[in-house]
Amino acid sequence: MSDEHGLHLLRQMLRIRRFEERCVELYSRSAIRGFLHLAIGEEACAVGVTEALAPDDAVVATYREHGHALARGISMREIMAELEGKLEGSSKGRGGSMHIFDAVARFYGGNAIVGGGIPLAVGLALADHLQGRRRITACFFGDGAVAEGEFHESMNLAALWHLPVLFCCENNLYAMGTALERAQSETDLSLKAASYRVPSWNVDGMDVVAVEEAARRAGEVVRDGGGPHFLELRTYRFRAHSMYDPDRYRDKAEIERWKERDPIPALTADLGAAGILAEGDLDRLEKEVEAEVDDAVAFADAGTDEDVSDLERYVMSEPRPGAT
Amino acid sequence: MGDFTMPSLGADMEEGTVNQWLVKPGDEVHRGDIVAVVETEKSTIEIEVFENGVVDELVVEEGETVPVGTVIARLTSETTAATVHSPVLRHLAEQLHVDLSSVTGSGVGGTVTRADVERAGAARVEGAPPGTRPVPQRRGQRHRKAAERATGRTRSSPYARRLASQLGIDVAAVQGSGPGGSVVEADVRRAAAEPAGTGGPMAASVEAAGEVAASSQVGDKQAAMRQAVGALMARSKREIPHYYLSTTIDVAAAVTWLERANLERPVTSRLVLPALLVKATARAVAKVPEMNGFFVDDEFRPSAAVHVGVAISLRSGGVIAPAIHDVDTLALDDLMRALRDLVVRARSGVLRSSEMSDPTITVTNLGELGVESVFGVIYPPQVALVGFGQVGDRVVARDGMVGVRPCLTATLSADHRASDGHRGGRFLAEIDRLLQEPETL
Amino acid sequence: MSAATTPTTAITYREAMREAIREALVRDERVFLMGEDVGRYGGCYAVSLGLLEEFGPERIRDTPLSESAFVGAGIGAALGGMRPIVEIMTVNFSMLALDQIVNNAAALLYMSGGQFNVPLVIRMTTGAGRQVAAQHSHSLEAWYAHVPGLRVLSPATIDDARRMLWPSVCDPDPVIIFEHGQLYNARGELTEDPVTDITSAAIRRRGEDVTIVAFGGTLGPALEASEQLAAQGIEAEVIDLRSLRPLDSETFLASVGRTHRAVVVDEGWRTGSVSAEVAARITEEAFYDLDAPVTRVCSAEVPMPYAKHLEEAALPQPDKVVAAVRQLGG
Ligand SMILES: Cc1ncc(C[n+]2csc(CCOP(=O)(O)OP(=O)(O)O)c2C)c(N)n1
Ligand SMILES: [Mg+2]
Repeated sequence: MSDEHGLHLLRQMLRIRRFEERCVELYSRSAIRGFLHLAIGEEACAVGVTEALAPDDAVVATYREHGHALARGISMREIMAELEGKLEGSSKGRGGSMHIFDAVARFYGGNAIVGGGIPLAVGLALADHLQGRRRITACFFGDGAVAEGEFHESMNLAALWHLPVLFCCENNLYAMGTALERAQSETDLSLKAASYRVPSWNVDGMDVVAVEEAARRAGEVVRDGGGPHFLELRTYRFRAHSMYDPDRYRDKAEIERWKERDPIPALTADLGAAGILAEGDLDRLEKEVEAEVDDAVAFADAGTDEDVSDLERYVMSEPRPGAT
Repeated sequence: MGDFTMPSLGADMEEGTVNQWLVKPGDEVHRGDIVAVVETEKSTIEIEVFENGVVDELVVEEGETVPVGTVIARLTSETTAATVHSPVLRHLAEQLHVDLSSVTGSGVGGTVTRADVERAGAARVEGAPPGTRPVPQRRGQRHRKAAERATGRTRSSPYARRLASQLGIDVAAVQGSGPGGSVVEADVRRAAAEPAGTGGPMAASVEAAGEVAASSQVGDKQAAMRQAVGALMARSKREIPHYYLSTTIDVAAAVTWLERANLERPVTSRLVLPALLVKATARAVAKVPEMNGFFVDDEFRPSAAVHVGVAISLRSGGVIAPAIHDVDTLALDDLMRALRDLVVRARSGVLRSSEMSDPTITVTNLGELGVESVFGVIYPPQVALVGFGQVGDRVVARDGMVGVRPCLTATLSADHRASDGHRGGRFLAEIDRLLQEPETL
Repeated sequence: MSAATTPTTAITYREAMREAIREALVRDERVFLMGEDVGRYGGCYAVSLGLLEEFGPERIRDTPLSESAFVGAGIGAALGGMRPIVEIMTVNFSMLALDQIVNNAAALLYMSGGQFNVPLVIRMTTGAGRQVAAQHSHSLEAWYAHVPGLRVLSPATIDDARRMLWPSVCDPDPVIIFEHGQLYNARGELTEDPVTDITSAAIRRRGEDVTIVAFGGTLGPALEASEQLAAQGIEAEVIDLRSLRPLDSETFLASVGRTHRAVVVDEGWRTGSVSAEVAARITEEAFYDLDAPVTRVCSAEVPMPYAKHLEEAALPQPDKVVAAVRQLGG
């Protein structure tokens, strides 16, 4: 790993972390409303996988997708504006935190139906397959989604048709308040994928380098026509499921134990030890990230409210010049 | 029998204020009685009932403003007020074809019970001649009774009501043949085709007059009235293909006759030229009936009655054209009285609803203002408006001689869908002819 | 229909639909057909019979029994630049894909602020009449017609079966096409000058006494009823809605404006049905034109029974339509 790349991974995770921390603040002053799901603690998953993707690959994510969107290169300004419900937001304020979309980044949500995005990923891959394109689709979902029929139908379909999907299960051990072992008869999720003959790996989701490496290797096979692959990213969220979730279903000690494995200090330490991160580098990085977050908030705060007369816009397509 | 609602005195009237009740619960009322004074933005209008009965309840208090169609009082008929049967009983009676009013009650206080009805029903069937079954009444009629009893009002379809108001038919007086005995389009058309007098004319001709002020402020009222008149006139111009004719009428004979006639009359009951003009117009209709009536639902419906709307300018601004009824049969003195009375009441703002809503033709006389000729806009759904200008001496050539004679310009604005220029010309000529024989008017 | 005079042009509804699919496959290489048994088997109603042989397994894709996954995959493929036609065997089974249709297909464009439209066509069979009882016979068009973001079509004629698909494929948004199972064997001729839009209702019969509004499987009974009524001196105007969403209310409101009476015939259950929507719009927008209450002839509110006589009793039949019209005093 190059020095530069190591610093890049750190920066990406920091951007997500500081962005989401600011979201908590904004939520409290009511600038952000609705459901707000934070991935604090899980940054390595989003960053590691997206690093392994090519620019024209597709991403399908869940409602806990700020990190994926940021890592994928969608501007922090637009994401923040979306969270504040502004016209300048990535979905013009129609989506909010759970529905970030970006056509340029081929970022297909922001899907808030648990498991609902998985068939979409299969279809996107089908389109690539039918058109003979060497693109892959990375599909993120949680451990909870594995219990949904759509997961199983999609696994089967993707495997059956040998489609280029990289399934990325972010197993944070909980589906809202339901612990994995309370929801699954078989808690080794990679076995489920394997039963559909989908090659599967368990990956340490708190280690961004490990995630990236696994995603890169699996992704290459997928891209080369090796059919779908499945990564179980073992991770943990440090905060509640969403804002104002009392978080009564887990042991505080458990949270503290996982915090010791926080991916950001872990990478910082590794980079320091390797002499890549010099004295003062982290401060500088933090300042830059803070400035970006400030700028994003200022942009969002200064954003405009969509005109109510446009309420019904985008229910159906508008005629586009040159469209067939 | 039933609900007495805030009448719509024009298509644009939305609400009215009950200024004063002229009846109280227990009072007997008859069709045509004035029961309340209602304030609209245009004027204060006395409203009348369209059925006989007894006032049961005044639902809306004096001073209250309510939307058109709101029940403002309830009436009961003297007969049904006495015995009220339960819905179950009525249903049963209907099923068994039993007339409840003919059943003797055996219940407490002589009330009719289930058993009474069943007994009556059985007697009916037994009493029928062999081979005959109880003849059900025509489905519609039977249902109608049921509907009436159940709701206490005549059922009519929305379209029938709309049509009725355009044709000047009182729905309550029409026999229904539709579903549930309701009055439907066909019934209204049948009623309209019957000779006049069977249904009270209720044409919403002077829609502008029906406006009710939400605010009593004069400025608002005037503005609102302007707007209402404007809307009506705009509609007229949009919908009615107007054509215009004018003719100069020599009124020397009329003026001379008036002078002579007034010699014998006290000052207070002197006749004036406008009365002659109105009368002549009303009489001329007999020759050219295409000028008198309504254009509704894509066809012209002549009116047998001649109710002449007289355009009256109000001091507050604006114009209304309330009707004088049956002008063609009214003696000149009566007409004169009616005319005076109407002007006074219009200007003081007390008009009757029927006066506001049923003219069959309108006369506008702007002679007083020195206007030479007036080409008016027809009040829909009427089809003609006759205008009279100022009387003035004009040089007239007659029988090869040139003379100076008092003349006026009479104009006709008429609806091309109901008549044409030829008939219009006949009409003006007839007015002219009648004015040459004032003694016959 | 006079099959004798021009036998060459007389085709069945099934063949018309197949031709339409073939046309789409030929005209646009992004088009593919996907669904349960659309390939080898030839389609559960034989609509796609022969297409596998002609277009190959990539474009005529048999799917496993995974309604949610393959409908979702259709949505994904549409997002990915394809023009999928997804076949669901019957509307009853589409319930298993309801999530994908309502939460994704219908919402994506809006949710993404106009970025992602879903050019997808979903075809499914609807309706009763074949004694296949309560899990294969229902008419749930109204459920879909309820959802903004979808187009819902109900081709009731050979012409529409043949000609509504291509504009649907070209439409940028999801289109759901309901094919009534009883129509597949209907035979008729294609007309020369067809209506090809997917938005307007059509007047199938002119008349001035009463308006009968129907769609899909009820157009036949409505037309049959109108003939019986004509024999009794009542001329019914028969309107075929064609599109249930958007609903072309103008056409039926204008008709009611002329006839002043309306009977709506709907194979769905009365409560919350398309007929309810039509009746509501008539009362909302043509109240003062009504000379009688709007009346409806719908399916009995029971899960569709198996026994023939019960099924017949449950469905809107021509005689019920005639009776409803007569009751209006038309
Ligand atoms: C179909 C569906 N059912 C229920 C929910 C409510 N819900 C939202 S998130 C969630 C938990 C999902 O857990 P998981 O898949 O593990 O993702 P995580 O939140 O842990 O990232 C639930 C039950 C939903 N959004 N969709
Ligand atoms: Mg989870």
